[in-house]
Parts: sequence; structure tokens; C-alpha cells
Amino acid sequence: MEKRVTFKGWLLPLLLVAPQLAVTAVFFFYPAGQAVWQSLFIPDPFGLRSQFVGLGNFEFLLGDSYYRASFVTTAVFSSLVTLVSMGAALCLAVLADRLIKGASTYRTLLIWPYAVAPAVAGVLWLFMFNTRVGVISWYLGLLGYDWNHVLNEGEAMGLVVVASAWGRVSYNFLFFLAGLQSIPRSVIEAAAIDGARFWTRFRTIVFPLLSPTTFFLLVVNIVYAFFETFGVIHTITSGGPQQATTILVYKVFADGFVGQDLGSSAAQSVILLIVVGTLTIIQFKYIERKVHY
Amino acid sequence: MATVTLTNIRKSFGPNEVIHGVDLDVANGEFIVIVGPSGCGKSTLLRMVAGLETVTTGELRIGGERVNEKEPMDRNIAMVFQNYALYPHMSVFDNMAYGLRIAKTPKAEIAERVANAAKLLQLETFLARKPRELSGGQRQRVAMGRAIVREPDVFLFDEPLSNLDAKLRVQMRLEIKALQRKLGVTSLYVTHDQVEAMTLADRMVVMNAGDVEQIGAPLEVYERPASLFAAQFIGSPSMNVLRGTAAGALVTLANGAVIEAAVDAKGPVIVGIRPEHLAPDPQGPIALDTTMSEPLGWNTLVHGTMGGTDSELVASLAGVHRESELQGTMRFSVAASLTHLFDAASGRRLGG
Repeated sequence: MEKRVTFKGWLLPLLLVAPQLAVTAVFFFYPAGQAVWQSLFIPDPFGLRSQFVGLGNFEFLLGDSYYRASFVTTAVFSSLVTLVSMGAALCLAVLADRLIKGASTYRTLLIWPYAVAPAVAGVLWLFMFNTRVGVISWYLGLLGYDWNHVLNEGEAMGLVVVASAWGRVSYNFLFFLAGLQSIPRSVIEAAAIDGARFWTRFRTIVFPLLSPTTFFLLVVNIVYAFFETFGVIHTITSGGPQQATTILVYKVFADGFVGQDLGSSAAQSVILLIVVGTLTIIQFKYIERKVHY
Repeated sequence: MATVTLTNIRKSFGPNEVIHGVDLDVANGEFIVIVGPSGCGKSTLLRMVAGLETVTTGELRIGGERVNEKEPMDRNIAMVFQNYALYPHMSVFDNMAYGLRIAKTPKAEIAERVANAAKLLQLETFLARKPRELSGGQRQRVAMGRAIVREPDVFLFDEPLSNLDAKLRVQMRLEIKALQRKLGVTSLYVTHDQVEAMTLADRMVVMNAGDVEQIGAPLEVYERPASLFAAQFIGSPSMNVLRGTAAGALVTLANGAVIEAAVDAKGPVIVGIRPEHLAPDPQGPIALDTTMSEPLGWNTLVHGTMGGTDSELVASLAGVHRESELQGTMRFSVAASLTHLFDAASGRRLGG
């Protein structure tokens, strides 16, 4: 039964939602409005005067080959992060679901990486793969592989993807495990009796029944890869080499705070906002429809 | 179709043994109902036959072949679960066709077999629907359809009717019986409901705390229960049990009343008398101090205690009786042939 609370008058309900509205206004609407406003100007490098240029900043960006390259980088990066973190989490969840002894220890250990801040995680991975003192790059050297993510674009991308996905596996794992455990045991048993072996059962029964969870995680992980991976990229590669790991959100920082081009930076923020907003709307409108059974 | 043979089947979970050695021979096409209270191990036994639980010791044969080590899918069985266990994201057709598709049955044959099963179960108009769009009874039918289309050697039913309302349960009970007669497939059916056991079974297995109390045809169990447990579990309302002392064919009850039993015995015994076998008789030896009555229409239950004692006694009178007739102390007699004697210590039946 649905419970609806009804209020007399509007003062109390307004008061109750006011804190949330205030937070949203101060930390979201105000900066977003500022960004939109700033994207229409070009300030001088000292921030003393700014000149109104209309949509000039946007026009410039769309013609800029570096900016278009950053779009491609972001698409590759976020797809890989989502795929790796969700794939790994699903495998671990399937294994944990079959576990009887020590299940809680295993789960606790898997949740730990989630508590590590992205920047710290970045430093952690950086040390392991450091071209001079890194443990893993040293062993790779012994095997005859010369690891150098400072120079090699593919290796740099690989490293930031793994470092970003690593902390995310815990979060995805929790949701996948909960999803798996909500599938009635008897449905799996019925499929086993019907002749389906493990992989067939997974493909035809388990995975379709997990689809609401998978969909939810897909949206959350893409948004994560777009925005929250900044710390990882900043600590490991700073967007390099040759801008190979400069995703859109990193370019906003690089152009605005390092390059001091605040107008372009603001325009990029606006574009990013529109891209993620559109992506979310598309996902909810078209993909969600297919996952319900 | 196949025979099923259980030889000294035992099951332990860790150090706890939950099934203490079950022997059962199921003939080809026979309908066996395993009945007992919850926690008696009946579902575990069925799941062992299905291959969903391992057999700790003992041997399980289906169609003469040892299947202890075989996976569920290699035993050629079909199971109907208590919660139906339908695949929620598939249509009724796909649910029924699932097993056939995995077995790589040709498409035309799948369509034909599903159509036949749907016709048999009156599901033809629901084939395109999803399970959530069906009523409880229809879901139950789909679960049975899924079992039928695979043409298995053995049907296994795990309390298939307990999620249905009372009226539907009676209807589905009849349908299951008719279906099993028609298909002639060997069936094992687990239930805690003694009415289902009585009506469905060719033979029933009465289980209690991991032990088999009795295996026999329903009326055999009703007329000649092998133990006090079987006597009280089968039959509704439950059989009256009265402590007494036997000397020859006469038993002296706790309040001094003497009744005649069907067999000779000596020493402390337990007398079992079914409520429906207590006949009103002003000169009868058994006194009932009434406390309550329940009119059911076709009969009337009179509850109370045996005169002068606190042991509970129930009598079932045929037809309608007004509460005003059922006051104070009533007297009953019982035919010697309808009494049951059990050993006071072991609870096993005495005599033939």
C-alpha cells in the first residue's frame, strides 16, 4: 500500500525541503549558472576585464582538434572503466554467491578499496607502476617488457583505467551480489533440472534477471568515469602523454586553471553538463524500458 | 517411465543426521506421496532424488541405474516447486520450451509438444503471457506444463499446492491426479497435508523426524496405522489416544472404564480410537465431558475430556446437531474391531 503524507498549507513542507533546496542552489545551480554566464565571455589573463563574445567560445571549441580528441579519449576511457569495473565485480559476485564458508570475510575484503580516495588510489597505482621504482614495472622489466606509461599512450590509458576501475569494483560488487541473492534459488534449480549447465544458466536466467541492477550500475559508472576519475588522472598522468588521457573533465581543469582560459573552460563545463544530462535521459528513456520483465 | 529405488538412504548436514535410513521401492507409474510435519526431512528426501542435494550414504536408483553421482539434468526427472520457480522474464511458451531448447529439440517438435501440454492444461490462450500476468492456479499449471513437455521418467512435486487458496487446492488436486493417471508417469509428491496424501497416493510414506513411520496404501494406513505417529497424523480430526492397562482383550482406561480391544495384550498400552468411530450410546463405557462443539454441516465435532480425567477426547457425529443437545456428559461406545492398540513405550502397533 502506498503511504502518502498530506500537509495542510504549504509552509511546513516548504520548510522541510528547504535545506535540500538551499544546498542544491548553492552548490549546483549557482556554479552552473556562473559557468553558463562565464562561457559567454573571454576574460583577460589577469581577470581584470572580460569581453562578451556570445557563442564564440563554443565555436572555437568545436573547431579545435584537441577538444575533439578529448571527446574520443573520454568515450574510450569511460567505456573501458565501466566495462572493467562491472565485469570484474560481476565475476567476483558470482563467485561470492557460490561461497558458503568465509563469505563475510571475502565480502569485507572486497569492500575495502571503496574506502580509498581516488587520488590516493592513483598514487598507489603510480608507485606500483613507476617507471624507475615501481614493483610491477620492475618485474615486467625482468620479463623483458619495458613498461613506460610516461611515454607510451596505450600504457598510460591502461593504467588510469585500471586504477579508476579498481576502487569501483567494490561498489559494483555489492550491488551485483545483492542482485544475485535476490534471485530465488528454486528458479536456478529448475533451470538445472531443465538441463542448463552453469554458463547456460548464467546467460539465459541469471543475467536477464540481473538486468535492472546492471542497468543501474551502468548509469552510475559512466557518470563516475566522466567526473570522479579526475583525482586518479591528475596523480598518475596529469592528462599525458600527449593529452592521451585528457578526458573532458580533466581538460576543463587544464584549460581553466593551468591555461587560465576561463571562458573556454566554462564553455567546456556547459558542454559536459549537456552531454551527461543527455546520456542519462537516453539511458532512462530507452534502455530502462527493455530491462523490465 | 521408470522405477525408483531408495536403499538405506541417509543424509547428514555436518554432524547432524536428518534422514536416518529410508528404504523405498517405487513401481513403474506409481504415485507415491511422502507426508509428514515440517522438518521431518520429506523435502530433503525429494531433493536427493532430484539431485539437488547429495546422498550421504545409501543408494538411489532410477530405472535400475545408480544415479547418486549424476547431475539433476542427467537423471531425466522433472520437478514442480512450491513457489513454481517459473522463469519470470520468459513467456509461458518459453518457460515450457526452455528444457527442450537446451536439449536441442527441433523447433517444430518443441512447438508441437508445448501445444499438446498447453491443451492438456488449458493454457492455450496464455502462451504469450509472462508469469506475473497469471493467477496462482495458472502459474501452477505452467509449472506442470514445463514438467510434462520434457516427458521425464519421474515427476517430483515439492508441496506444489501449498501456495494456493483452499478452493483452488481441491481443484488442482483433482487435476494432478487425473493428469498422473493419464500420463502414467512415476511420481513422488511431498506434502504436509494429510488430505492430499489420502486422495492422491497409490501408496504413502509417513515420515517423522527423519524416519519412515509407515509405507502403505492410504486406507491401509488409515485402518491399520503401524505407529502412534502415523495413527495421529493421518485422519482428521486426529485419532484419540487414551492410556490404559490391558489384560487379554480388555483394556482398563485411566478412569476405570473398561473397553474391549481387537487384540490381546498385557500391561500398559495406548488405545487409539478415531473420533468418527465413537458411537453415541447411553450405556457406553466412554464418558465425554463436553466443552465445545463445532458444527461442520455434514458432521459435528464434540470436544471435551474423558470423564474423570484430563485427557482430551473428540467425537465426530454424523449430520447436524444443535449445541443444546451436546451439553454435559455424553456416553459413547466403540466396536472392538475399530480400536487400535499401541505399545506404551515404543508407540508401535500391537497385534495384526
